Amino acid sequence: MTNSFNSRLRTATDHLVTGLAILATILVIAPLLAIFVYLVFKGASSLNLDFFTKMQKPPGELGGGMANAIVGSGVLLGVASLIGVPIGIGAGIFLAEFGRGTKLANAVRFTADVLNGVPSIVMGIAGYALVVVPTGHFSAFAGGVTLGIMMIPTITRTTEEMLLMVPNSVREAALGLGVPNWRSVLSITVRTASPGIITGCMLAFSRVAGETAPLLFTALGNSFWSTNLNREIAALPLQIYVYAQGPYDDWHRMAWGGALVLIILIVLAVSLVRYVTSRGVLKGAS
Amino acid sequence: MIGQVPEIRIAQTQSPSASGSPSQEAPRPTGSVPESEIRKFLLSRGNSAVADRGFQWLMVLCAFSIFGIVVLIATELIRQSQEAWHAFGLKFFFKADIDPSTNLPWYWDPVNGHFSALPFVYGTLVTSLMALVLAVPLAVGVAIFLTEMCPKSLRGGLAFVTELLAAIPSVIYGLWAIFILVPILRQYVNPGLNKALGWTGFFTDTNPTGLGYFASSVILAIMILPIISSLTREVMSAVPHSQREAVLALGATRWEMIRTGVLRNARIGIVGAIILGLGRALGETMAVQMVIGNTPEISRSLLANGTSMAAVIASEYAEAANDLHRSALTEIGLALFIVTIIVNTLARLLVWAVTRGAPARAH
Repeated sequence: MTNSFNSRLRTATDHLVTGLAILATILVIAPLLAIFVYLVFKGASSLNLDFFTKMQKPPGELGGGMANAIVGSGVLLGVASLIGVPIGIGAGIFLAEFGRGTKLANAVRFTADVLNGVPSIVMGIAGYALVVVPTGHFSAFAGGVTLGIMMIPTITRTTEEMLLMVPNSVREAALGLGVPNWRSVLSITVRTASPGIITGCMLAFSRVAGETAPLLFTALGNSFWSTNLNREIAALPLQIYVYAQGPYDDWHRMAWGGALVLIILIVLAVSLVRYVTSRGVLKGAS
Repeated sequence: MIGQVPEIRIAQTQSPSASGSPSQEAPRPTGSVPESEIRKFLLSRGNSAVADRGFQWLMVLCAFSIFGIVVLIATELIRQSQEAWHAFGLKFFFKADIDPSTNLPWYWDPVNGHFSALPFVYGTLVTSLMALVLAVPLAVGVAIFLTEMCPKSLRGGLAFVTELLAAIPSVIYGLWAIFILVPILRQYVNPGLNKALGWTGFFTDTNPTGLGYFASSVILAIMILPIISSLTREVMSAVPHSQREAVLALGATRWEMIRTGVLRNARIGIVGAIILGLGRALGETMAVQMVIGNTPEISRSLLANGTSMAAVIASEYAEAANDLHRSALTEIGLALFIVTIIVNTLARLLVWAVTRGAPARAH
């Protein structure tokens, strides 16, 4: 009797836990769905031609767009990519091609992981101290440098993983034909892994595209049109931040629109990464 | 691109056998593919020594720049926070003066040069720990569902969804929290908590805005969920299948199998995942800053307004009143930097210990 009760209790616990796990999954997916539904619902209505072509209007005035913020984000990301992509890929090449298995490579990899975990606001202070203090003013350049540094660890790690998936026989074949090592690395190994490396860069790109905290005191934001690297510049996430906290309904509408644009960019990048990695070309790179 | 697919598949199946002899110290995070002997030989013949050497040094330089960045950040933070350090010393983080006129604690008064980081440290700790309390059971539940129960067809989609959740920028979480989450909390959740748990003093609802520690904890929990659940999933799937089979063969139910066969083996890794989540929560800025209320005070009630270390830097750094103010903010940043480094290092070591060198990714 006790035995059968015991086994029924065990089965009941099993069912209970199964239910709880399913409930947990639903509770996790619910906010995601909620965020997406609200973004599309609230953002879509404010996306029109003006949004992409006009500058923001003074507070309280209706209409206008976020063109200057979009262009500003583009400038910032351009500077960031110029710094982050070559250094990141270079460090990745070192880890996979030259340093494999050495203590130095382990230290570099570990440092990259630590750098990845440093809060973006701290990176912002560093950017402020390194660029804004010496030059004496907030600038697009300072923001770009900060974002660029933040791109490096992600790119390094994905590049390394992608390069490790290139079989040794490919390298051997290239060297056996008498190709110098640097050419073999650049035009054989790196090129073989390039779809994965490019998606890694896209991932890093889309991640810093949404960064706000480090821009608060490097790029600062600008309500006017500016593409000057030496001046304050507007950026999409900064603008969302300002609009979200403002008192006007029209601003809130614009904030949702900006958020929708950002999220579309990110969903595209993540999907691309998934597509490339799921095709077996370069598995395990998500 | 298509032509490369078979090659790489072959490489993956070959790589274990290529390692041949049981090689040196195994515990390395990535790079289970060893350096090839043939390649070493070919390289040793050296057919373009100068260019090769130059290229290699360039790559080493890139790698060293990562060290350089960390050192640069550390020295700048230390340098810029000197003034505050000399003015207040260690008591900056632990003590606050009492305002002689009102007899209340005097925490943060930039105009009169009075600084103590106490309310920020308190806010950061309270929101992060609360976020963990909310997120950990959910994250582990999701990981259990995905690794042990989920039909294969759902698995990929759900993993994708959690990945997306991790990729949403902080400012969008903040936006969503301001307009959707906070009104819901204000109207339904906070009064309920007050009624049920108000007697403890932790949930006294005197705050009409709905902002505060609790709102930031909820949004933080949503933000760190994907990190914890994906890492937990990773360490759980690193548990060998024979473990599960053995426990099931003894007549265990599925839950008993998960508890004794999987969770017990993966527990160190799960702790690592939780600590990594904590590291994220400690440094999270925008979403917290937008919903915590930004009041430099310490309140017992979780429903009250507060502030956090990252939030105060975000709100005040650009318009710091004077050098001492900026220096004090930088010192808070330095503390955040040191704490997150320690936390991340600890977490990664724990996760590596369990996945035995398989790469642990945090997104």
